Amino acid sequence: MPEPEPREPGSLAPDEAVTPAGGGASSLATSDAETLEGGPIPGGTASGKARSLWSDAWHDLRRNPVFLVSALIIVFLVLIALWPGLIASGNPLQCDLAKAQEGSQPGHPFGFDTQGCDVYTRTVYGARASITVGICATTGAALLGSVLGGLAGFFGSWGDALLSRTADIFFGIPIILGGLVFLSVVTGGSLWPVVGFIVLLGWPQISRIARGSVVTARQHDYVQAARALGAGNTRLLLRHIAPNAVAPVIVVATIALGTYIALEATLSFLGVGLKPPTVSWGIDISNASTQIRNAPHMLLWPAGALSITVLAFIMLGDAVRDALDPKLR
Amino acid sequence: MTQPEAVAPLLDVRDLHVEFRTRDGVAKAVNGVSYSVRAGETLAVLGESGSGKSVTAQAVMGILDSPPGYVTGGEVLFRGEDLLTMGGERRRRLRGAKISMIFQDALSALNPVMSVGAQLGEMFSVHDGMTRQDSRAKAVQMMERVRIPAAKERAGDYPHQFSGGMRQRIMIAMALALEPDLVIADEPTTALDVTVQAQVMDLLAELRREYRMGLILITHDLGVVADVADRIAVMYAGRIVETAPVHELYAAPAHPYTAGLLGSIPRLDHKGKELHAIKGLPPSLTDIPAGCPFNPRCPRARAVCRTDRPPLFDVAPGRASACHFWKETLDDAG
Repeated sequence: MPEPEPREPGSLAPDEAVTPAGGGASSLATSDAETLEGGPIPGGTASGKARSLWSDAWHDLRRNPVFLVSALIIVFLVLIALWPGLIASGNPLQCDLAKAQEGSQPGHPFGFDTQGCDVYTRTVYGARASITVGICATTGAALLGSVLGGLAGFFGSWGDALLSRTADIFFGIPIILGGLVFLSVVTGGSLWPVVGFIVLLGWPQISRIARGSVVTARQHDYVQAARALGAGNTRLLLRHIAPNAVAPVIVVATIALGTYIALEATLSFLGVGLKPPTVSWGIDISNASTQIRNAPHMLLWPAGALSITVLAFIMLGDAVRDALDPKLR
Repeated sequence: MTQPEAVAPLLDVRDLHVEFRTRDGVAKAVNGVSYSVRAGETLAVLGESGSGKSVTAQAVMGILDSPPGYVTGGEVLFRGEDLLTMGGERRRRLRGAKISMIFQDALSALNPVMSVGAQLGEMFSVHDGMTRQDSRAKAVQMMERVRIPAAKERAGDYPHQFSGGMRQRIMIAMALALEPDLVIADEPTTALDVTVQAQVMDLLAELRREYRMGLILITHDLGVVADVADRIAVMYAGRIVETAPVHELYAAPAHPYTAGLLGSIPRLDHKGKELHAIKGLPPSLTDIPAGCPFNPRCPRARAVCRTDRPPLFDVAPGRASACHFWKETLDDAG
């Protein structure tokens, strides 16, 4: 972030030091200036290397405990999503009905569910579905939304109007009802229809943010200056506007990732999202909900895992927002 | 240089009209501005905020924000070719390479997330198709050219790490990188401290001489103009009200508005006396007065000024004034 420069009269930077008064008379002024400017360099270089927005943000993030905690949780979640075998040796689909709804016992710390499956193993394996859906849906929605929103914001006119109204229509779709209808038509119970549905309903939010920040960035003097010095539309968009407009999109996408994971669980809970044999927290919560009086542990563990995951991503988003836009703090 | 080029003006703006279509009505920002700049000449365009001087420049550069801004009439001839009817891609290639622009506030006119070396280098890679290394080397050369100390080390720094004067030097380096024929400087020193203003103006004047560029210097600062400009065009309410060689204008203005501007400069020999000011405010561009737009504020205004808009009268060779009473004004001044 550009820091406003202090401009107290006492602290003139060396290049602003005094030249013979009355700029009019002095062809001397330039040569005087030259010798004066040989001194130490003003600005931030004295303190170290040049810092861009991103290295500034990283500098802030490393010192933010919220970021460190949420990042640790997310790294852990991603690791067990990739290799659940690291911490769970069992098979989530190998169940023993004789042990149905039994509580915690040695080797099975979280107990068993109605089917006699190990809750610990299923909770660990459930991370894969949630993380995969979350990451894929966010990537899809962020790409689609920022490309469409960015182009609309940059070029304006009828394309912009068309996109904005289309986004409004998608905003108007109630998300659960839409999910029930869409996913009962597109059957399969695998990850991809769920990802597709979330992208379909998620892109308008991102495109609004992207459009807004591109419209703001487009009006900056440096975009006009770059245009005045001969940059074409592609270069303006990619080199001058996108890097200055991408921060809000990253923030919103990170927070959205958490809510998309919750959405997947909700849809699976309602029976239209993921379906067995896929292992998902939503499915397990749904199965457990009828047994909450006899076997609360069945609900506790997958629900806890889901809450922590969603919370971690939302906290990460908050920390990233603080780092990228200190004005919001 | 061939003969016709030496005679024909480098840039010839003819009867340019620009308007902004806003929700509150149409603001006529530029109403028939004509001026010309010859190769190697410096034209100062002087006027208050809202007089249309910057909008004219934006229209010439082709960077008017539209909507809401539209060029509704006139021609902008660059070496005899109309920029306004030229194809977009061709015009883009001229921008930066043949005609370029220096902006008022270099901090906001430089991209905050690109290092200055990269931004300067972009000039060479966009127009000359240079490789990254070559353009970076040229960028450092340009930074040395505008006397930025330790240019090589500082090329990787970001705009906010430079002082105001240094940033404006970088802006100048970008505008002059490709040795354009014409540079438009839009209040290049307004954002700077007075002491740095002089340095930056001197640098600009020196480079202009060296590259033999035409320069349009847009300013509201009469002090800046006197040393560098060859001719002055004074703008008011989107029109040119007076043009003259710089020293003749200072010696004897032929328009009451110019006279008012010159009279409102604080002077040491008037110490203790009341500072003269032009009464009233510039007109709203959505509602420009009939007749002479300056008539509500003009000490000389008579009935004719409220009904008839004065054309630009030829006052002397190379001088014109849009005042019905230019003769009287000139006589009073002399």
